[in-house]
Amino acid sequence: MTISFTVVQGSYIVAALLFILALAGLSKHESARLGNRFGMVGMAVALVFTVLAAVLGVSLAGGVIQSEGTGARGLLLIAIAMGIGAVIGIWKARRVEMTGMPELIAMLHSFVGLAAVLVGWNSSYEDSAYPAVHDVEVFVGVFIGAVTLTGSIVAYLKLSGKIGSAPKMLPAHNAVNLGAIAAFFVMTAVYVAIPQDDQVLRQSLLGAMTVLALLLGWHLVSSIGGGDMPVVVSMLNSYSGWAAAAAGFLLNNDLLIITGALVGSSGAYLSYIMCKAMNRSFISVIAGGFGVEGGTMAADVDYGEHREVNAEQAAELLTAATSVIITPGYGMAVAQAQHGVAELTRKLRDAGVNVRFGIHPVAGRLPGHMNVLLAEAKVPYDIVLEMDEINDDFPDTDVVLVIGANDTVNPAAEDDPASPIAGMPVLRVWEANNVIVFKRSMASGYAGVQNPLFFRENAAMLFGDAKDRVEDILRAL
Amino acid sequence: MIIGVLAEARPDETRVAATPATVVQLTKLGYEVVVDPGAGAASDFPDDSFVAAGASIGAATGADLVFGVNAPAVEQLDAMREGTTLVCLMAPGLNPDLVSDLARRRITALAMDAVPRISRAQSLDVLSSMANIAGYRAVVEAANVFGRFFTGQVTAAGKVPPAKVLVVGAGVAGLAAIGAAGSLGAIVRATDPRPEVADQVKSLGGEYLAVQAADVEVSASGYAKEMSDDYNQRAAALYAEQCKDVDIIITTALIPGRPAPLLITADMVASMRPGSVIVDLAAANGGNVEGTVPGEKSVTGNGVTILGYTDMAGRLAAQASQLYGTNLVNLMKLMTPAKDGVSVLDWDDVVLRAVTVARDGEVTWPPPEVKVSAAPAAAAAPPPAPPPPKQPMAQGKRLGLIGAGAAGFLLLSTVMPEPFLGRFMVFMLSVVIGFYVIGNVHHALHTPLMSVTNAISGIILVGALLQVGHGSVWVSVLAFVAILVASINVFGGFTVTERMLQMFKREDAAR
Repeated sequence: MTISFTVVQGSYIVAALLFILALAGLSKHESARLGNRFGMVGMAVALVFTVLAAVLGVSLAGGVIQSEGTGARGLLLIAIAMGIGAVIGIWKARRVEMTGMPELIAMLHSFVGLAAVLVGWNSSYEDSAYPAVHDVEVFVGVFIGAVTLTGSIVAYLKLSGKIGSAPKMLPAHNAVNLGAIAAFFVMTAVYVAIPQDDQVLRQSLLGAMTVLALLLGWHLVSSIGGGDMPVVVSMLNSYSGWAAAAAGFLLNNDLLIITGALVGSSGAYLSYIMCKAMNRSFISVIAGGFGVEGGTMAADVDYGEHREVNAEQAAELLTAATSVIITPGYGMAVAQAQHGVAELTRKLRDAGVNVRFGIHPVAGRLPGHMNVLLAEAKVPYDIVLEMDEINDDFPDTDVVLVIGANDTVNPAAEDDPASPIAGMPVLRVWEANNVIVFKRSMASGYAGVQNPLFFRENAAMLFGDAKDRVEDILRAL
Repeated sequence: MIIGVLAEARPDETRVAATPATVVQLTKLGYEVVVDPGAGAASDFPDDSFVAAGASIGAATGADLVFGVNAPAVEQLDAMREGTTLVCLMAPGLNPDLVSDLARRRITALAMDAVPRISRAQSLDVLSSMANIAGYRAVVEAANVFGRFFTGQVTAAGKVPPAKVLVVGAGVAGLAAIGAAGSLGAIVRATDPRPEVADQVKSLGGEYLAVQAADVEVSASGYAKEMSDDYNQRAAALYAEQCKDVDIIITTALIPGRPAPLLITADMVASMRPGSVIVDLAAANGGNVEGTVPGEKSVTGNGVTILGYTDMAGRLAAQASQLYGTNLVNLMKLMTPAKDGVSVLDWDDVVLRAVTVARDGEVTWPPPEVKVSAAPAAAAAPPPAPPPPKQPMAQGKRLGLIGAGAAGFLLLSTVMPEPFLGRFMVFMLSVVIGFYVIGNVHHALHTPLMSVTNAISGIILVGALLQVGHGSVWVSVLAFVAILVASINVFGGFTVTERMLQMFKREDAAR
């Protein structure tokens, strides 16, 4: 018994359309869950028909067998592998802390990369009617997959704090990257030129290229600093899509091509949004972290003295306010302060204070990171506003709480053309009547830039762990 | 060292230079505090409360540092040793005799009303803290005399229009008055020669009335400067017009050390409605209003009450003492860097230099000028030109690139096998769709979007499924591993997305 080739193709078309619906659904809160369901259904359709095709075999029109089925043995292998994968995946997904979301997503990207490398290797054994094209496809697929694999692993290690997040630079890192890419092109050409029957040479060249790509991925992400992680994560998301698309070319599978291209282009677009939010070119993020160009760092300026408040004074200010905006940053995630912040929000709103959140597009370590944290703490999403939506409201605001954010609220980005972050759109918190900055110390932010906000007359510092301080305020209210 | 807190010599002074709360803070800096008996009585701080805060009761004049509100009486000065440091309000510009007398007695004199108006010194700025109180009290005094509500009401007994208040001069006192009058419900208008205060006036709920003139700016000392004739004429016209309309006028126009400018003439007062109230906070320096009697309440022929009280801050004695005491504590923080109870007069510190009017037998007033850091710096340096915005690519260049891309692709297609081209078509269209579908995703959904695309890119599983069980053992092993990791992605990605999306709740759903 076999399954018809056209039926399998038809199921792929259905799955591809469902994936497009899934992405479209995720653009709005109201339709987001439906979108996710569409994605699940699409995936289920694709997998069921593929498993049938793999186990039963595929026949073309007129009963010609295109490929033999693998029978019960194949089904067993598939069931075991998918079973283990599903258990691990669901267990991880259930257990993960919302603050640990960036790590999880980076890790998941590495799996796609690994799978792409493995699929690419397997395909290198296959015969093709067009050996030259096939060889190039193998190389491209394995290359992208391997870069995604190690890049994601480094991103995971950096995000989970297992290695330092500071950019690590080799002396000529740009030359190293370009050299590796050039070497890849040369190796591809050589691979195409080697006769098909010289398996040993072909395998070793493929192996050497894989090692090269793995090293490149590692190096690429190592040289990018922690604050650029939103860009890196969405960039890796994009890579994992391109890897899937490359595998689709390799296996002549349209579903892989469509899905890979969807994911690849959406990830690229997301990276572009992130870069725009930091006023930096995509190339400069990929090529290395902040301040490496040197000489752009502003000279030591005496900004005067900062003012301190304690939790009781902050609580008094908040009780007297009618309008409060909270601008969280990565520090809130680190301190796990989102629940306290949500509790504070609830109390103030019950007291009739208009509390809203202003989220900078690159706050946190993942696009949309802050939104997820606040959602976890049950902050209603319609008071969580984007930078552009809220930036004009600061002058009418009594109190702004800056919780663990620094560079995204730095007035130097607008005032000081010599600043390394000049031109980056920022939340104009300093226009509010009072600004309370939750901070551990006076150390500068990720970009290494001093923040003149702290020395403004309407700004006051509340030092200490954000979670503890928020709880102090709650007690004092 | 010992700090002495004087009982004020002036009989009408209700304030005191320290409160139990500030005594505690001074003790923390390492000082001992001695308070004159009965020093705090007029501001409701009995001697017991000072003792409870850690001070002792005794003669303050014998201390190393002596705190007062006003300059001490001659007997008090006679009781002080040479080398004593005296801290109080002195108005050194108006009282040169007092300053030279202190210098002759070899007393180090710190005048709290000579604090420069720079950001760093704000916490010691007595004039600001007293002006704040005076502005508030001016409204309270006006309300006391005014025969009607401030707020407009519609009652069963008829409609009450809101009172209209004009505040002249939007400095610290003026802003405090705007805030207080506004919160009582009055319609508040304010004038000031400095146009940049318009936002501050608005932020307190007042309406800023601009005088239409060209030459308006901040002086380097942070106070408004005296204005030109043209400006004054236009301002007078504005006041004349407002006097006919408003019920209450509070004037705060004062430049320290100068006689107050006369802004409201007798004619303007005569044009006001009977029952109207004027509070002249500049009364002590001559008054902004013609007819003000300093220290007195007077009523004009047409029934307008003019309040010329000069002790507005003292009428809130406990509050004024607390703020003044805190200003002094902040001064001591500056002078006691080691917190060891030993004061140091750092001559290089512009703030300490400015307040010191006599030292080692020499008069050190006036100090070298201190530039205000905030406003003028921005005005002096013209804002640097914004970096030129990124030009969108020129039309011709763009068309050229598109053309080159198309030509390159056509060239490539001559050597590409036919099935590949078909797949490339699918690929390109999908890229475009991906771009447009993502283009309008809500920013809050970026993370769920990423996890869902992540799950979807686990579709690579399909490739591995078709490979397992085929070919050599190695192929099967590799495919097996690929299925396993890709499954983690598929199941993990969808599950975590579902979990996240469950958390996103609207307000009505969350409550």
